Amino acid sequence: MSAGYRQLSMNDTNTDVIQGTLDMLILKTLSLEPLHGFGISRRVEQITRGVFKVNPGSLLTALQRLERAGWLDAEWKQTENSRRAKIYSLTRAGRKQLELETADWNRRSSAIARLLKAEI
Amino acid sequence: MSLMRYITRGLRGLFKQRAKDDEIAAEIEHYFEEAVEAGMSRGLTCDQAQRAARAEIGNLAPIREKVRSYGWENAVRTWLQDLSYAARQLRRNRGFAVVSVITLALGIGASTAIFSAVNPILLSPLPYPFPNRLLMIWNTYQGARFELSFATYRELLARNRTFDSIAVFDLGDGLANVTLQGKGIPERLEGQKVSWNYFRVLGVSPSLGRDFQPSEDIFHGPKVAILSHSLWQRRFHGDPAIIGRGIRLDGENFTIVAIMPPSFDNVLQPTAEIWTPEQFDFSQLNSGNFKSWEWMNHLHMVGRLKPGVTRSQAVQDLAQIASTPSPEYPRPEWGSLKQGLILDSVQDDLAETIKPALMAIIGAVVLLLLVACVNVVNLLLARHAQRQGEFAVRTALGASRRRVLRQLVTETLLLAMLGGLAGIAVALAGVRALVFLSPAGLPRIEAIQLDPAALCFALAVTTVIGLLTGLFPALGSPHAGFTLALHRSSRRTAGRQSVALRALVVTQIALALILLVSTGLLLHSMRRLLSVDPGFNPDHLLTMVVHTSGPQYLPAAPDLRPAFAARLRFFQRAIEAVRRVPAVRQAGFGIPLPLSDDPFGLGQTGVQFEKDGPRGVRNLLRFGVSPQFCQAMGIPLRSGRFLDERDTASAPFAALISESLARSEFPHEDPIGKRLHVGGIDNNTWYTVVGVVGDIKRTSLAANEPEAVYTDFRQSWAVESPLSFVIRTSGDPAAAASAVKNAIWSIDPNQPIVRVMTMDRMIFTSEAERRFVLILFAAFGSVALTLAAIGIYGVLSGSVNERMREIGVRAALGASRQAILRLIVADGLYLAGVGIALGLAGAFGSTRVMQSLLFGISRLDPYTYIGVILLLGTVATIACAAPAWRASRVDPSITLRAE
Repeated sequence: MSAGYRQLSMNDTNTDVIQGTLDMLILKTLSLEPLHGFGISRRVEQITRGVFKVNPGSLLTALQRLERAGWLDAEWKQTENSRRAKIYSLTRAGRKQLELETADWNRRSSAIARLLKAEI
Repeated sequence: MSLMRYITRGLRGLFKQRAKDDEIAAEIEHYFEEAVEAGMSRGLTCDQAQRAARAEIGNLAPIREKVRSYGWENAVRTWLQDLSYAARQLRRNRGFAVVSVITLALGIGASTAIFSAVNPILLSPLPYPFPNRLLMIWNTYQGARFELSFATYRELLARNRTFDSIAVFDLGDGLANVTLQGKGIPERLEGQKVSWNYFRVLGVSPSLGRDFQPSEDIFHGPKVAILSHSLWQRRFHGDPAIIGRGIRLDGENFTIVAIMPPSFDNVLQPTAEIWTPEQFDFSQLNSGNFKSWEWMNHLHMVGRLKPGVTRSQAVQDLAQIASTPSPEYPRPEWGSLKQGLILDSVQDDLAETIKPALMAIIGAVVLLLLVACVNVVNLLLARHAQRQGEFAVRTALGASRRRVLRQLVTETLLLAMLGGLAGIAVALAGVRALVFLSPAGLPRIEAIQLDPAALCFALAVTTVIGLLTGLFPALGSPHAGFTLALHRSSRRTAGRQSVALRALVVTQIALALILLVSTGLLLHSMRRLLSVDPGFNPDHLLTMVVHTSGPQYLPAAPDLRPAFAARLRFFQRAIEAVRRVPAVRQAGFGIPLPLSDDPFGLGQTGVQFEKDGPRGVRNLLRFGVSPQFCQAMGIPLRSGRFLDERDTASAPFAALISESLARSEFPHEDPIGKRLHVGGIDNNTWYTVVGVVGDIKRTSLAANEPEAVYTDFRQSWAVESPLSFVIRTSGDPAAAASAVKNAIWSIDPNQPIVRVMTMDRMIFTSEAERRFVLILFAAFGSVALTLAAIGIYGVLSGSVNERMREIGVRAALGASRQAILRLIVADGLYLAGVGIALGLAGAFGSTRVMQSLLFGISRLDPYTYIGVILLLGTVATIACAAPAWRASRVDPSITLRAE
């Protein structure tokens, strides 16, 4: 996955997206409603209460990739504040992909949770 | 679905890059604006919000780059950039590019063409199942291969324990040829008589109908035939109903039982089109005398080994049979097998006679490819030396080493590709030329075509070598090397290499000299040869071979004369018809036809002059002729008269003798009126010399056999068939051909006419072999010359680059431009001189081999040698000129400052 991650530095609170989850975050966000790039970024930040911040370079690259994979559709539209923006929406294939990734994530995270519990 | 999208989006990125870039920029811009607006909605001022957004997002340009660089099309785009840069580089150095491409094209093309020609003969397996189990079996006569008899065949068949089966076939001397009659023009077909299991032994079966049966291969067996696919298509339009139908061959009915598949490649007699069974008489083998055909050595034998049996086992098995005669199988003296049997794979057998020549050609080709590679290496090294500075600058500006390497690889590959394309063109032309020029008798000629494997091999070799060379300078110098190169060009390895490279250039020149000297000698020979007077006038002369076909023309014991009379009647009526054709001035028939491919022995007969007594029989060339033959041929009359209509069977027998014969037999007398026997001692009739004619060439312009006797067929015991018709025409002889043929067919439409050819063409073809060798040498010679020139150029360019500093110092110290020019040219000419000296030594030795191909010129002909040396010297000087010129233009201040 080519999603970009800033180098982790000691005096920085880590807001990087966990490796491999950016796609899922984007898909999930778009499953709620179609959004433009900045909207997605803001929404991720809001929902995760600032835990994750999405780097615009990584985001836009990921959007291109997801669009090419056929999971997103993109269209230039007028926004409410009358700017022209590229609005992304989830396709049927994207919805299916989201389900797959969600299931996969749940399996992994519960496994990790179990592991951590066992250690304590 | 998504793959489609993946590709189409990529293509859009590739071709509509501007639009895509704009879109990305717009999206990022929008992102930024939204961020600013979000900041302002949190209560920041516009200015503050912009600053905050910028702090959060960072610099926009790298983001744009990052988004842009996503996708497969970007790798392609970089590559295209490299490619266009490489193309620009090559365009800027047109000389280098052209020279390299020519070198590669010649090397790749020539080696591929030759290998394509040689491969089917020597290397590629025969087109039969398990071809390595096929062996040829030969009788031995004085250590050489010799034919076998049917009796031997039967014995080997019965007693061997190592062969699945063995087949025999006739030796392909034309005895199995037949004339196809019936609808349409009668056609002489090349036939092959085979034992019934011939195709089974080879492992092929007919595509239509059934193979021969053992019951058909018996004495007086049914008349059956198998046709080749091409004959079936040509004469019977591929009609499958032909199977089981009858056709007329030489006046007899044959049933077609099968058609061979189009893919069948009959390597043992490639041009045969019709097969008939041998039908030997088994009863003769028990007759107690060895007189019948069944006991004569005239068969070729091919056997298929049992699976798992090795060749040496088979050799042992047959040797054991040969050395232990069995009373069950009596052997005549000539079939005693005392000298053993020779076993050989079919492939080696086919190539046996021409293998040494082919191996020599392959050797030359490998050398050629090597020379081409060396030249490319040379050129690339010289070029890289020039570009050290450029690489250093690029590295300093931040290009990674990988990037520089990639650039080099791209350039080399581009060069290799261009050279390869040109090489394919050269190879295609070369293969066509080879097939077109190849002398008759080259085996498996129909299998010769451009060999893709050979082409790929040559391409791969040159490319890999080019790549290695391309990478060498870059790989050889670590990162620091480039920085170092900024200050001065590297000279560490150059000195070592150049010794090897210079040695190779010397070799190239020597090789070129040998080839050019050979070409020159052959060229002279050819010119002298074609200006040789054949003794007759070949202009406006049309020739053709007319057969007689049918049982009435076949001499049969006990009285052969009716058949001979029938033949003569037909030929006479035919020639009269020919004479009535408007364009015909004179026409006659005779045998053998001078400078034709009539067999060498044809026409040799015993001649005895009256003055020499019965012991004075000499073997001389005898031409059987009709009236007007000598006139039509344009053979000059020296004294007396020609043979003409007077010389009938009942008239006193008359003969012509050639000038040289007259001179040697009757040095002090008039030969007219002298008497001689023609046709050996059996013939007691006296022929009287009525005229003396000029000498003519019989087998080749190069061969001198001037002593000959001419007699008329009406006064001869036998009338040969086929005979050659010679027709002198008033206009273009080739244009009269069809009228003449129709005139002959108006007498009998069932008689085949073959080898219709003008005499000019015949003379041209009679020297085909010499011409083939000549063209091969000329081609190789010019390629070698070009490559040698390129080699000198490459080495000198390299050395000028290396010596740039030295030259600069020289110039600074006051050396004039001429002096520097001389310095470099002398260096190049020194190489050329050494190469020429070595080449001369080689040529003295190697021309001995081609002595037999030379005519009217010594192999040490000084003019040829001097001419070639001058040519090489001139070419070498020209090759020196460009680098020398560059050296003389060196500005000392620049070179010295660069230090």
